[in-house]
Amino acid sequence: MAEQVFDIQIERLLRELAPLVLGALARRFRDFVAAEDAVQEAMIAAFTQWPREGIPDNPRGWLIQVASRRMTDHVRSEIARRERETAVARDAETIAPAVDIESDMDPDDTLILLFMCCHPALTSSSAIALTLRAVGGLTTAEIANAFLVPEATMAQRISRTKQNIKSSGVSFRLPSPEERAERLPAVLHVLYLIFNEGYASSIGAQLQRLDLAREAIRLTRSMKNFLPQDAEVAGLLALMLLTDARRAARTGPDDQLIPLDKQDRALWDRSEISEGIELLSAALAKGAVGLYQLQAAIAAVHDQAARAEETDWPQILALYELLKRVSPGPMVTLNHAIAAAMVHGPAKGLELLRPLDSDSRLAGHYRLDAVRAHLLEMSGDYESAIKHYRIAAGRTTSIPEQNYLMTQAARLDDNTKDADKKTVPRTHGHNPEPETL
Amino acid sequence: MKYILMMSGKKSDFEGYAKWSKQDLQANVAFMRAFSKELKDSGVFVATEGLAWPSEAKLVRAGKDGEPITDGVFPESKEFLAGYWIIDVESPDQAYKIAARVSQAPGPAGKPGNMTIEVRQVLSSHTDLGL
Repeated sequence: MAEQVFDIQIERLLRELAPLVLGALARRFRDFVAAEDAVQEAMIAAFTQWPREGIPDNPRGWLIQVASRRMTDHVRSEIARRERETAVARDAETIAPAVDIESDMDPDDTLILLFMCCHPALTSSSAIALTLRAVGGLTTAEIANAFLVPEATMAQRISRTKQNIKSSGVSFRLPSPEERAERLPAVLHVLYLIFNEGYASSIGAQLQRLDLAREAIRLTRSMKNFLPQDAEVAGLLALMLLTDARRAARTGPDDQLIPLDKQDRALWDRSEISEGIELLSAALAKGAVGLYQLQAAIAAVHDQAARAEETDWPQILALYELLKRVSPGPMVTLNHAIAAAMVHGPAKGLELLRPLDSDSRLAGHYRLDAVRAHLLEMSGDYESAIKHYRIAAGRTTSIPEQNYLMTQAARLDDNTKDADKKTVPRTHGHNPEPETL
Repeated sequence: MKYILMMSGKKSDFEGYAKWSKQDLQANVAFMRAFSKELKDSGVFVATEGLAWPSEAKLVRAGKDGEPITDGVFPESKEFLAGYWIIDVESPDQAYKIAARVSQAPGPAGKPGNMTIEVRQVLSSHTDLGL
């Protein structure tokens, strides 16, 4: 037990120090790619030595020393290679003494790294992997495990991503306020995707995997420390907390998904909810309402209802109408239709779904069929509801969603058959809004 | 998103393959090796396996006592899985491109085989936050 606590302590410390050590090295050696590798090696050395030998008196100095030794080796071999190839004179200046690098550590480095790793030119899977390693201080093995791919594949993905950054000439400095404003959405999106990956896959057998949702919350928290005035950063953190708060209630004993209106609300995490609401209120007061704040606000309305029946649907509907204006898209239209059905009845919701049939961005997406099935069930058209539940089940790529949708169809089918024999009241389904909303 | 790329053939395809010239076989093996390396270098590789030939394949089901009942008689038209790759990519289009690449594995006389590759998405334990 004590050992475990000690390991967690080490892990926390290392993950906090990683971006700071990397920043100092990247600045000193002016080589982000090599510095990132060197820090990773130093982290792995620490992971194996510290639990055995104890945390050194100066852990930052320790990491810098180990990493800069690797860097020096790297620089030396680079020089030797260049000398062999072009006989260029030895540039002794590039080999820096490790001792004074520590004074170069700058808390802003975490932010610089986030902007670098979440560069809009990168694909999202590349940006996610590099962010987790360079900023999150995770090992390649941990990241590979989280995404269920071999470690060598993840290592290759990260190294290609770094080469892309290098060849696109992104320099290691804090972006100007204008650049920051322009690139912030990409950073927030990557953090959101990391959270989604963790939250959405935190089911059953996956519990052994690294908790990416917690990592995303941690990274977003540090982002918020650096940009305390940004309402969308706060909005994203609030959204994560307000969603994560329901985590314990969202799956049953057999890992089955439990929709929002069937969840045991006593299991919701009150402290995450109150922190989320506090963050959100402060953000909304700033006036610049954005997409993450609105989604957080919707999550907050759900979280504040003591019972599902007490959910303030008119308010949720109003928030979706705002969201449709701020960030239009088929998924928003879909969720808006659900809210409209809860306020004005299923016919209204079904009417709002119709234009989505011809939306190519949603073509063949199970979510449209799933929502249609829910609304059809609400309207009492059980036969069509069953049909659409089954179409949705055939289209989803998620095992838990598939089980959930098949179960909905089967439940309705059983009820319909029972009702033919004797008049049994059909148990009314569930919230048409999937838990995951 | 993960996809499985499956390469299958009828018994006659396997028998035909066994009769390829040494040069054709070498070209095919070299192509497959290079293909695997491409998958690994581009950071999309998850897994690959090649299967033993169908001559020893059996269909198995449990009898009343739970003991295996095996059957090894197959119609000539039956397709057998020869091997598969699992890849982790950004989009279905990327999966199709990779499938088309392996479909070009050289056949007899070095001509691209243009074999049909079955591409299927692998189910995940993911749920959609839907935001």
